[in-house]
Amino acid sequence: MDAIGYWLPLVWAALIGTAVALYVILDGFDLGLGILFQFEPKESRRDTMMNSVAPFWDGNETWLVLGGGGLLVAFPPAYAVIMPGLYLPILIMLLGLVFRGVAFEFRWAAKPSHAFWDNAFSWGSIVATFMQGVVLGGYLQGIEVKDKAFAGGSLDWLAPFPLFTGVALLGGYALLGSTWLIMKTEGGLAEDARGWARKLLPATLLIMAIISVWTPLAFDRIADRWFAWPNILYLSPIPIATAATAWACWYGINAGREVMPFVSAVGLFLLGFLGLAVSNVPYLVPPSITIWDAAAVPQSQIFTLIGVLIMLPVILGYTVFVYWTFRGKTREGEGYH
Amino acid sequence: MDFDALLLARIQFAFTISFHIIFPSFTIGLAAFIATLLVRWRVTGSDHLLRLARFWTKVFAVSFAMGVVSGIVMSYEFGTNWSRFSLVVGNVLGPLLGYEVLTAFFLEATFLGILLFGWNRVPPNLHVIAGVLVALGTSLSAFWILSANSWMQTPAGHEVRDGIAYPVDWIAVIFNPSFPYRFAHMFTAAYLTTSLVVLSVGARYLVAGRFSEESRTMMHMGLGMVALLAPLQVFFGDQHGLNTLKYQPAKIAAIESHWDGSQPGALVLFAIPNSREERNDFEIAIPNLASLILTHELDGRFPGLKEFKPEDRPPIFPVFIAFRLMVGIGVLMIAIGWAGAWLWLRGRLFETRWYLQSVQYAWPLGFIAILAGWYTTEVGRQPWIAAGILRTADAASPVGFGAVLFGLVLFVLVYGVVFSMGIYYINRLIEYGPKGAATAAPEGLPSRPLSAAEDAAHVAIEET
Repeated sequence: MDAIGYWLPLVWAALIGTAVALYVILDGFDLGLGILFQFEPKESRRDTMMNSVAPFWDGNETWLVLGGGGLLVAFPPAYAVIMPGLYLPILIMLLGLVFRGVAFEFRWAAKPSHAFWDNAFSWGSIVATFMQGVVLGGYLQGIEVKDKAFAGGSLDWLAPFPLFTGVALLGGYALLGSTWLIMKTEGGLAEDARGWARKLLPATLLIMAIISVWTPLAFDRIADRWFAWPNILYLSPIPIATAATAWACWYGINAGREVMPFVSAVGLFLLGFLGLAVSNVPYLVPPSITIWDAAAVPQSQIFTLIGVLIMLPVILGYTVFVYWTFRGKTREGEGYH
Repeated sequence: MDFDALLLARIQFAFTISFHIIFPSFTIGLAAFIATLLVRWRVTGSDHLLRLARFWTKVFAVSFAMGVVSGIVMSYEFGTNWSRFSLVVGNVLGPLLGYEVLTAFFLEATFLGILLFGWNRVPPNLHVIAGVLVALGTSLSAFWILSANSWMQTPAGHEVRDGIAYPVDWIAVIFNPSFPYRFAHMFTAAYLTTSLVVLSVGARYLVAGRFSEESRTMMHMGLGMVALLAPLQVFFGDQHGLNTLKYQPAKIAAIESHWDGSQPGALVLFAIPNSREERNDFEIAIPNLASLILTHELDGRFPGLKEFKPEDRPPIFPVFIAFRLMVGIGVLMIAIGWAGAWLWLRGRLFETRWYLQSVQYAWPLGFIAILAGWYTTEVGRQPWIAAGILRTADAASPVGFGAVLFGLVLFVLVYGVVFSMGIYYINRLIEYGPKGAATAAPEGLPSRPLSAAEDAAHVAIEET
């Protein structure tokens, strides 16, 4: 394999990984708010929760398109296996996102009879989150491949591990959502969010611990990766950093800090994401297709990479600009509607 | 995948993309309309332009949300339902879709946040720029997705090795033979569609005697566009047709339901194509006219369906009918545009009740024409998914019948609820009308020159 053939797929895998990680964090707190709707019945507070992400949600969701689209750009064979392999969870997730997305506009257009869209927002978020977790679990547990095509069944994802990761992601996104509210809102809502976060952080940590034990026990390749010498030495900073970040989050929630809980919750997600990446490298479709097996031809990867190198800084630039424009606390009654 | 699952997958894709196309084709034009209103507002300082911009921005937000959520479904459906397609053409088409995400999706989605919520957060000029950038984003999106679609119709700049398409020349891929025509035709269609909606909403308010200042601006802007673009669209459509004759002659043969290429083509006004006997039943036709249109000679020849093996012919009747529906609506649009322009020139546009009363119902025309046009070109592409490279029958994912059926049922249910509610809310927003506008002009429906009437309305509003 020449240098280009070796490095290009690695660069693309890192790019797609970054897009997916950004999606999980950015849409994670949006979806988390939908989950938390279940615990916040008061209309004015629900308004504020929605308004706190209304200018951002669409941009946030676009990272999902970049993640999926990037897979098609750079690794068509992997895209052609993963998508049919997780057909129903992906489809149901998309329909959840349909309800969640239109609710951002419809809920206001429907007022005062908006109860249906409150439910659409919340249950759309819950279904989308759960199915994203199922997709993750189904992906980690492996997709059956024969002759470069998906060869498994439509219900392979209906197994304990993917269902557990589905529930797990609900807890994780709700934690992101509650810490977002601590940062972006004030008064009773922010206080309630602190209360939710106090319960959700231990739950999330427990979930991370279970997945950390479950995956090496269930999948030998993951056990070999983490516990073979000297890997265990090099990888030990990940769990240590996770513990430190978890402590920072707990401290931030209880010490009345406003930004620290959110930032450290994001840190927890990134560390978890890193851990999963470590578990699966170099497979793009575990346990059989590596990133080099699935790479598009270099002409295709290079052509789009040029666009990425030019556009990604621009995209990040104006994304930061929009977040900066809508910085500070979202107050009750603030919104364009 | 077995035959029935393939059929269901095709129905699912046709269903989801038909719903999807409605919203971008509206928002492409609407974004440009809003940006124009905002720029005009900054230049002239007329408040009613700002009120109009704010009003249409609300309609835009609802439509755009539906376009976004139905569009994300599309970007995943390529993989979930058409994985063989993704595998075979992914090296060529993937980057085009990648560039769409990078240059268009992020731009429109991010600046939409400022356009919707930034009224009090950013300076007015920046807000106008956000509106322009959203419009730019929607146009860039159309550029890339139409390039990808055109490549499926008229592939170029690639080579096929072991059944997989690989890129050779990106410029040739992007600017493939049908792309310039398709882009001009579709982009104009999007603007026409929005212009008709704007025109009909203006007429609706005038008929009801509401928002007369805003309605007049809407009618002028909408009508001006329709009067200019509808004939231009006929020209683009004609050019696109000639391009199709050159590169996809089987599609043209199906559009004209023309069987025997050794004879000049008649313009078939109506017929039931009979594939078994390879002729038309119940045909009503004008002899030689299709030859004249397509070859610019009365007895010119162009390929007939018999020259293509039955397995290489597209389904004839849907293509034939959809094309006629599209052209018929196109003619109606010219009539609407020119009749209105004539009334405008005579200074009677706002008093001609029959015109206002009928044109207020013209808003669906563009959408129907767009759907009919897309059915013509996409059904006419069959049996290929990527012409000459991969047949639709070989492109589907190895997903079972039950899963695809379950998916299709869910899509029909969810889209049925979500999009009918969306259209209901858009109608309700239109029913409320622009916020803060005078419900009637000071002098009702005026007969004096418009500029004077507008000035009077400004004065009236500034004084209150």
